[in-house]
This record gives sequence, structure tokens and C-alpha cells, in this order.
Amino acid sequence: MVNQSRRDFLKTAALAGTAITGLSSKTKAAPKNILSEDRMGVLVDTTVCIGCRKCEWACKTAHDLETPSIEAYDDRNVFKTMRRPNSKSLTVVNEYKNSVEEKFPINVKVQCMHCDHPACVSACIVGAFSKQENGSVIWDTDKCIGCRYCMVACPFQVPAFEFENALKPDIKKCDFCFERTKEGKLPACTEICPVEAVTYGRREDLVKAAHQKIKNYPDRYINRVFGEYEVGGTSWIYLASREFEKLDFPKLGKDPAPGVSEAIQHGVFAYFVPPVALYALLGGVMWINKNKKKSENEEI
Amino acid sequence: MEDLKPTPMKKKYFTPVVIGLAVLVLNGLMFLLARFIFGIGAVTNLDNQHPWGIWIGLDVAAGVALAAGGFTTAALGHIMHKDQYHAIIRPALLTAALGYTFVATSVMIDLGRYYYIWHPFIMWNGNSVLFEVGICVIIYLAVLYIEFLPIVCERFIGRVKLPGFLKSLNNPLDKVLRILDKGLDKTMFIFIIAGVVLSCLHQSSLGTLMVIAGPKMHPLWQTPILPLLFLLSAISVGLPMVIMESLITSKSFSLKPEMHILSNLGSMVAPLLGIYLAFKIGDMVIRQTFVYLTTFNAASVMFTVELLFGVIIPLRMFMSRQVNKSPLGLLIASFLVIFGVFLNRLNNFLVAYTPPYEVHSYFPSIGEISVTVGFIAFEILLFRIAIMIFPIVSVPNTSVQRTKYSIRGGAQ
Repeated sequence: MVNQSRRDFLKTAALAGTAITGLSSKTKAAPKNILSEDRMGVLVDTTVCIGCRKCEWACKTAHDLETPSIEAYDDRNVFKTMRRPNSKSLTVVNEYKNSVEEKFPINVKVQCMHCDHPACVSACIVGAFSKQENGSVIWDTDKCIGCRYCMVACPFQVPAFEFENALKPDIKKCDFCFERTKEGKLPACTEICPVEAVTYGRREDLVKAAHQKIKNYPDRYINRVFGEYEVGGTSWIYLASREFEKLDFPKLGKDPAPGVSEAIQHGVFAYFVPPVALYALLGGVMWINKNKKKSENEEI
Repeated sequence: MEDLKPTPMKKKYFTPVVIGLAVLVLNGLMFLLARFIFGIGAVTNLDNQHPWGIWIGLDVAAGVALAAGGFTTAALGHIMHKDQYHAIIRPALLTAALGYTFVATSVMIDLGRYYYIWHPFIMWNGNSVLFEVGICVIIYLAVLYIEFLPIVCERFIGRVKLPGFLKSLNNPLDKVLRILDKGLDKTMFIFIIAGVVLSCLHQSSLGTLMVIAGPKMHPLWQTPILPLLFLLSAISVGLPMVIMESLITSKSFSLKPEMHILSNLGSMVAPLLGIYLAFKIGDMVIRQTFVYLTTFNAASVMFTVELLFGVIIPLRMFMSRQVNKSPLGLLIASFLVIFGVFLNRLNNFLVAYTPPYEVHSYFPSIGEISVTVGFIAFEILLFRIAIMIFPIVSVPNTSVQRTKYSIRGGAQ
């Protein structure tokens, strides 16, 4: 470093600069994140759900997860505690007291909301999550490294991790029955539901249908479709007879779930200009300081 | 100014403290073994609501911040060209190299599928902050090793003496070292600048990491300027880290502390901490989050402790001439800054993180704490070994000889 000539310095600095900018053209690589107009969705009407939990059984059966017989799901004691989807059940139904009509408790089915702007897709270090054309947000086992950043990012706290698995733990969450819908079948839960509490269809149509329902039965529903605008919209949308926050829905804004993190990230890395500029600046400072030192020494 | 020269330390390796540390390392290793046999769930208190624990919040987030001495001293000594600080660059470089090695190891043991740690190199997601942090940290780790190579060259050129049948490798190895030394001498400035740039990038991105958690993070910490706060705090903790390390090394090897250097370093901490404090307070005022300080809970207490003991008190101490001149004063003030940044990372990643649907709050398990403590102990042990093998710590030069390599081996 002592015998560094000016030309050498500029040459190598320029080389390093080009190498970094060369790299930038590739960083546009990002996972599939399609927002199709024809994306599908599900409308969950919590005023219709009877808490039979057949959807839980159908989901486990469709995803080859261990499950007791369908009769075991008639046991309503499970409602005593609030449950969350985990690595063994991708959807669960919870029950809430109805203060107006004691006889009719409110049942809420919980699963991945399949956000229109998913935080998990944005966050995943290897792009293992993707938003597909049909609206489903799915996870790729061949990419995942098990860092669990998706769980940190998800505003609904849905992705679950197989903490007990030492060899190849998976991230587990509802995949909107991606394999079934590909073959033209219905998602397992919507197929089995005996009361049509869950309706599968084009999201746009479902939103319209939901508002129609509210208009037709203003006493039955509160005037809000959860998921229409929350975190930029979700493929699964909900209707309810009372405030969603009282049914354990998270309180969320209308901005897309990844929030400002992508804006910050792309601001710092705008075409790699800021890092390269910083590099050049530091190089300049270093060079000036070195020359200053040299001339000082010569004067002495 | 007296002439300082980096020299390998000569002293007995094993002391009671060293043996104690070794026991902690063994204890940590046992829990680590359990993690690989029985899975993350068996050893940690993590669950679906708390995906990240102290292995990320402390080992990685705080580890990266506390290794900031590497790039701050490189900027000071090499880029600002303040030659008087050259004596502190090598210890800081060693700490950074060791620190980042442990950060990478911690990430790996925390990964569910640790054997896929190479995936980010070929599976890119430019939108992911974690991707940026990961790539930057790995490249910076490589840069740190490259920056360390000249020290290896200095120590072993002309002194490569492999035992037994490896003897025939002595000459070629020596040649390789000489070529490396010559090549690196000309190109080192590229790596030094790259190291500073990479550090600025990932130190700040580490802050961006939690921005995506949005409302799951307590508003006292959740702010869009998190990356800036992380960068500023990393810069202000770099020098205190170097000061503390230098004082402890001096004590441990019964050397006189280099007070003229350390005092100057200490006087630089106050303005850096001041800028950090200004942004931290400014952010709080603009977002009006001070209302959360009026309620008494874990978040408000932790925030106050972090700000008062970790920033304001050490800031006042470093502004005092007397503190800067006394080894004890410097040690306490530096420790407070380190404690403050450590607590800040802990707060950001664990205390502030309040997920919905949490059944019970997270507290690290004995296994998690053991592994973290074991790692820190191992790092200290390696530091001690390294300064006894390599010329890292500067001591007053007593020999008349000034040539770069004082002993020439049989290779020539």
C-alpha cells in the first residue's frame, strides 16, 4: 500500500466498481409475485359457520397430515382454548361467545390469508415463497433453509415451523390446495363445508358478493369486509356480525404488508449507485489523506 | 511518541479464568450437540409466535454491532490516514474477524436446514433484507480474512517449519506467503475500502430487518429510520469496543495501557454518540412515541434503561477530560456504550417483538443461553491464542532492528 501509484489506484478502484455494478444487473432476481385480476379467493362468512370442524379434517386428509377419524371432530371441548394453525394443522376453527344471542356462538376459521402483497414473499431470503397466478401463496421445500424470517414478517402470524424436526424441518401453512386446484378440484375445506360458510371464487366477484350480503342483511353484518383492504388486500376475505378485532383478527393498516422495508432496501441499493458512490468517496478521502501525509513528510 | 511494534504475547496460556471459560465452552457444545440431534425445539424456547430468539437477537444482531471496531478503526487508521492509531487496528481486526466468524456460525446453528446455508448464493431474492444482510456479511467475512493475511505473512515468512513428513512443503509454503504478501501490499486498499462500504451496508440493513414486522414491533423501536439508527449506533460502539479490549488485554498480559491512544479515541466517542442520541430523540419526538414512556411496562423500562445507561450517561462521561484520562473511567464509559448497544439489539429483536396470538412470552432457555455464553467464551479463548501466535498487540519496540522480517529462515 505504501508504494501505491496514482494510476494503480485508479485502475484497481475502477475495476472493483465495474465488478460491483455488474453484479447489480442480476439482483432483480425475485420470486414469482403475480397479482392477476382473475386470482381466486375465498369468502368466509363467520355468521354461517357452525363450528363442525369438518374443514379441519378435510384439510389434514388433503395434505397427508395425521388425523383422527372425522367423528372425533364433533367434540366441541377444543373450543375452550384459542387455537392457532401449526405444523400439524394448517387450518383451525375457534369459537367466540355471542353476547347478543347466547345460543349461537361465533365460529371463525383461521388459515393463511394469501395476501395480495405477501410479506413472506418479500422477506424470504431464498425466494422460497411465491404468489401464484391463481392467488395462492405457496412455499417451495427445495429452496427453504429454515431461517424463519417469513414468520417474523407475516402480519397474521401464520407460517409454522417444525421445531421438533431435527433433520429437515418444513415451514407449514395453508397452500390454498394448490395441487388440488391445479387439477380443477375445489380447495378441500370449501368442498366439504356443509353450510357453505366458505365460498371459493374469483376474488373480485367475492368482494362484490360480500358487499351485496351486507346490503341485503344490514342487521346481520357489520359494514366491513375484512381482507378487502387490510395489508393491501388478501385473497381470503371475511364477513362478521361484530368488530373483527374482537374475534382476534389483528389490527392492520391498508398499506401492503412488506411496508417500507422494500422501499428502504431499494433506496439503499438503487442501481448500486449509493454503495459505489460511498466506495468512490472513501477511496478519494484515502488518497487525499495519503498524499497530504507524503507532502508533509517531504517538507520535513 | 514512543515506537510501538506488534509482537506476539509471551505468557502461559492457561490461567484459572481460561480454564473457567473452557468449561463454559464445553457446556455450550453439549447443548449444541443436543440441538443437532433432537432439533431446535428441544433445546430452545422458540415457538410459532417467537421464531427468533437470542441466537439471532444477541449472537447475530449484537455480535455484528460489537464487531464494528473492525471497520471504524480501518476507516480511522487507513482511510483518514491517522498513523498514530495503527497500534489499535490489528486487535480490532482480529476481534472483527472472530466476531463475524461466530455470527456466521450462530446463523448456521439457528437455521432449520443448516446444510442449505449456501442456497442464498444461487437463489436470490433482491427484495429480501435478510438476503442483503446475509450476502454482505459473508463477503465482509472474506474481506476480514484477507485483511488478516498480511499478519500471517509477517509472522511466518521465513519461519515456516512444518514437522516430520510435511517438511517438503516448507519451501513452497514460504513462497506462497511471499507472493501473497507482495500482492496484498499493492491491493490491500481495495479490501479496506470494500470492508468499510460493506459494513455500512449490512450494519444498517440489520436495522431494516425488523421493519417488515410492522405493527408486531413496539412503536418505541419500530421506525422507518431503524437502518440509520443501527448504523449510527454501530459506528459509536466501534471505538469503545476497541478501548475496552485494549484495556483488558493490557491488564491480562501485564502491559502498560496505551493511554495516549485510548484517550484520543475516547474523545472521539462523544460526538458520535451525540449524533446517535440526537436521531434517537428526534425520531421519538417526530413520531410522538414518548407517550408510551408514561406507562410502566417492560417496553418503557427497557427503552429508558437503554437510552439512559447506554447512551446519555456514557455520553456525559466521554465528554469529561478526566474520564478520558483515567483507564478506569474509560473502561466504565466504554462498557456502558457496549451495554447500551447490546441492549438496543436485544430490545429491537426480542423485547419490542410482540407477536399476535402469543401464548406465553419468550425467555431464552438454559440451552440457548449456554450456547451463546459458550460461543462468547470460545471467542475470548481464540483471541488469546491468536495474540500469542500472531503479532497483534503493539508493545514498545526495544530491539534496534527495524527490518520487516527480523529472522530469515533456511528457505532462502
